[in-house]
Amino acid sequence: MSNFILQLLTWIHALAASTIGHALLMVVPVLVVFPMLFAVTTLLERKGLGRMQNRYGPNRAGPWGLLQPMADGIKALTKEDVVPAAADRWVHFCAPVLMVLSAFLVYAVVPVSRTWVVAPLRAGVLYFFAAGSLMEIAVFMAGWSSRSQYSLLGAMRALAQMISYEIPLVLSAVVAVMAAGSLSMVEIVRRQAGYTGVWPHWFVLTPWGLVGFALFLIAATAESNRSPFDLPEGESEIIAGYYIEYSGFKFAMFFLAEYLGMFAISAMGITLFLGGWSAPFAFLTWIPSWIWFFAKLLALIAGFIWIRGTLPRLRMDQLMRFAWEFLLPMTLCNLFVAGAWKFLPPGVLRWLGCALVLLAAYWLLGRRLEQRGGLARRTYRFAE
Amino acid sequence: MSFSFFVAAGFTVAGALAAMVLRNLIHCVLALVVGFAGLAAVYLQLGAQFVGLAQIFVYAGAVAILAAFVILLTQGVEHSTRPAAAMDWAVGALLACGVFAVLAWAVVRGVARLPIPAQPSDAGVHAIGDAMLHRFVLPLEVAGLLLTVALIGAVLLAMRDGEAGA
Repeated sequence: MSNFILQLLTWIHALAASTIGHALLMVVPVLVVFPMLFAVTTLLERKGLGRMQNRYGPNRAGPWGLLQPMADGIKALTKEDVVPAAADRWVHFCAPVLMVLSAFLVYAVVPVSRTWVVAPLRAGVLYFFAAGSLMEIAVFMAGWSSRSQYSLLGAMRALAQMISYEIPLVLSAVVAVMAAGSLSMVEIVRRQAGYTGVWPHWFVLTPWGLVGFALFLIAATAESNRSPFDLPEGESEIIAGYYIEYSGFKFAMFFLAEYLGMFAISAMGITLFLGGWSAPFAFLTWIPSWIWFFAKLLALIAGFIWIRGTLPRLRMDQLMRFAWEFLLPMTLCNLFVAGAWKFLPPGVLRWLGCALVLLAAYWLLGRRLEQRGGLARRTYRFAE
Repeated sequence: MSFSFFVAAGFTVAGALAAMVLRNLIHCVLALVVGFAGLAAVYLQLGAQFVGLAQIFVYAGAVAILAAFVILLTQGVEHSTRPAAAMDWAVGALLACGVFAVLAWAVVRGVARLPIPAQPSDAGVHAIGDAMLHRFVLPLEVAGLLLTVALIGAVLLAMRDGEAGA
């Protein structure tokens, strides 16, 4: 047995030495691990949401419902592929393909572990957002080509939301880029790798990092169309939004792309603010780096599921007002503070001062948002 | 000129051509996205990471979407019975020739004045950032100001009468 493992290892080593073998060893795990994570997450999400809503969740397929993702997969594969008669066939077909393509492309620059990053680009952060922006086109294609009012409405909502939240998303990421002085994701992780005593140098442990991380997570939730920002697919109003006219495996592809997008943006948050694959304490560095990466990823996913089980969906005007009147000024303020942080002398006073400025900004902006009627009852012109 | 250059160039030209001759305006926008992506591939192949990625991020991600929005909001897509480029062939050809002549002249003169270095210059993100925030910071600020003015103007135009106080 050990002989066999040894042989396998030498074989893998030989494979990694060749260019194509190296590429295969980098790319294939990405194509295997993250879709598997998707399958596991759907189960965890349904179980977790079920518990939060006082029910069991899936418990029929396999022991404790563990085989539910398999059952779902087989169901999606064997379902009839319905294309609406009026649909624009080509665009209708291309939309889910482009969606999954852009979701996978993003993983090229994510440093999963110390050695595992497919393409360590110098402009990695830029690549990440550029590849992610292809998803918007896919959403538009899906919504428009289906020739259905619900789809088009969902796509319009999705686009308005994604374009609005992309600005705070990118601006909150810029803070970490500024601090690291590099657009390369590998370099950003490397800059957070040291320890002071047992404490790590993660950006999230600074005031601007903490605020930036929170803002990034909020914008990321909106960008991946998850509750409470799931207006584009709001089941109770427009059923499933832009992908309502897709069935069978094409629907599953949208589902997959959505979850892959969520993982990718979580990975981005981890890289920018949570030190990437580095261990949280100096005495835990003996645990392999990829374990830390996936532990952080699962923790963030659990957070997303928890939020979904807790918060109600926003209204369209609240959503827009929140992005433009709160998130955007807050990210700009955070940028300013991060810039000042670089030039102030280090110490407790710097930490407290920066935190105070950010708290004041939070308080003022929040008060303004409340006073301007952002949360008040809306009077409709056409409904009621 | 490698194989990948011809693939990227083919996509660019095919996308641009399709954007002109297709009848459905939304198809034109999608074809334009293909063209943008091809152009970005050419930039990336030349080693200009920043320009290539910005091309995808800004043009394919934002400009194309805005164009699609505008088309959907202003007119029916299906009613256009003729391709968008069928206005006046003679005038169009004349304009195209003029633009091409100017560009070709600029390229030829430019090469004569600033010879292409054998080694590609460092078009890295660092170099561009340095240039933008040190040497060319004033043009950058002016461009930002111009965009802000345009934004305020657009908001003022879109604002309905009597809503100014709100």
